[in-house]
Amino acid sequence: MSNHADFAAALLDPQRPCPDGLVSANGVDPASRFAVYRNNVQSSLINSLADSYPVVQQLVGDEFFRAMAGIHVQNSPPTSPMMNSYGHDLATFIEGFAPAASVPYLADIARLERLRVMAYHAADAPPLGPERIAAALADPQSLSALTVTLHPSLHLLNSAFAVVAIWAAHQQQATLAGIDLNLGQHALVLRNGLEVEVFAIDHGASVFIQHLQNGQSLMQALEDAPAFDLSQALALLISRNAITHLHKNKVSP
Amino acid sequence: MNNSPFGLPPRAGLGLKTEHFREVLGSQPDIGFFEVHAENYMVAGGPYHHYLGLIREQYPLSLHGVGLSIGAEGPLDIQHLQRLTSLIERYQPHAFSEHLAWSSHGPVFLNDLLPLAYDTPTLNRVCEHIDQVQTTLKRPMLLENPSTYLAFERSTIDEADFIREVINRTGCGLLLDVNNVYVSSINHQRDPLAYIDALPLHAVGELHLAGFAEDTDSLGDRLLIDDHGAPIDNAVWALYRQVLERVGPVATLIERDNQLPAFNVLHAEARQADRLLQCAEVRS
Repeated sequence: MSNHADFAAALLDPQRPCPDGLVSANGVDPASRFAVYRNNVQSSLINSLADSYPVVQQLVGDEFFRAMAGIHVQNSPPTSPMMNSYGHDLATFIEGFAPAASVPYLADIARLERLRVMAYHAADAPPLGPERIAAALADPQSLSALTVTLHPSLHLLNSAFAVVAIWAAHQQQATLAGIDLNLGQHALVLRNGLEVEVFAIDHGASVFIQHLQNGQSLMQALEDAPAFDLSQALALLISRNAITHLHKNKVSP
Repeated sequence: MNNSPFGLPPRAGLGLKTEHFREVLGSQPDIGFFEVHAENYMVAGGPYHHYLGLIREQYPLSLHGVGLSIGAEGPLDIQHLQRLTSLIERYQPHAFSEHLAWSSHGPVFLNDLLPLAYDTPTLNRVCEHIDQVQTTLKRPMLLENPSTYLAFERSTIDEADFIREVINRTGCGLLLDVNNVYVSSINHQRDPLAYIDALPLHAVGELHLAGFAEDTDSLGDRLLIDDHGAPIDNAVWALYRQVLERVGPVATLIERDNQLPAFNVLHAEARQADRLLQCAEVRS
């Protein structure tokens, strides 16, 4: 092993001995000095996960979260110096983490929090003005050919749990009283201006928006989605500045 | 004798924290410059770029890298260098700095500034990497002296001599972190002023000041941790005055990354540094 390989492996794995060849000026055991680096690395990475997943942390408590994050850090250390993206796979880790099984919605809360971080840092794109959208939608002939570009920050999450309600409850009093945890929700996450917003939307609206993201025309997306309130869904997208382009494609005969 | 080619004004600056974006824009405090960690801004869009763009219109900027891993055993990450190039083109910072340390090995990024053995192979590697950075970025960089907690049997060169040789060979400048000097001097039982006097002070383009955490090792000796989580210690202020006597007024950053206080607390530290810089200006 190279010097740095040995050093790096021992930093991430507390079970490994301190690397050879280290010295201290005052003769103190070099392992005690190495422990400073080990602690810095572990705590900075765990803190980074805590910053990205505040509601996951609230749901399981600090002690449990830090122990769980510590295992994730050891299994999946960062592979990029851009720490904003570290922990992108925490939800998958949580799903396989048996001690967290008693909080079945934890992984989906992690997914929601990851989408919020992604939305926060997503590319900027100016919204299309409501009057231009209204003009395009006013022509029923063109609807079947109209495709929509949504804001780069927009993400959807389909959950078997009440993820939006659980997440929202932890923005204030952190109580789950009154929430039917097993009532599945469809989350819409986007950045409106500088603020990341989270909405619970109908199943049909979620499928519709997913189709729009996939490039289907408005009419096709509507036909392929279960029943939902179209005007309400469009009003949400328009009012949250989520539509950035409308394209009129040629109608195929 | 502030003949720095690195362009930051000889004033006190502050690390720009996201928590303070709105306050800085709202109150437009009299701060010499702001410094940001480059890696935080390697994102596509959103509030970070929005606020940094507005603040950059009003203040000089120092871009401080924490993830390039200049001391790594392997090659530099070309993609990361390209991201730095893009940021520099976008924000036109007055200085770009990085650390005499390593933080990546193979695919793994350890998110800490790790210590190097000071020997000839390391010296050659660090110089090659700095040459590559300066060629790619088309500008000289500043190299920051590290804070360390241990040393290596393999080391054959004093840290200050190592830095002097790197600067001689590559033409990069020195970011002299006064807190790092103090922390390392206590941890390695060396004289901080002797260390400073062994450095190529003519190349200093920026100074850093920060607070440390105090610990005691098993022998009862002081062990200082460079955590950027406390006010600047009096011993570091005293050392800073001695540095200014040697280098004259040079751009000085107050670093605070943890236990972040209200903006006015940091502004007060900046004013204290500004007063000392004015005294140094009068003397020089």
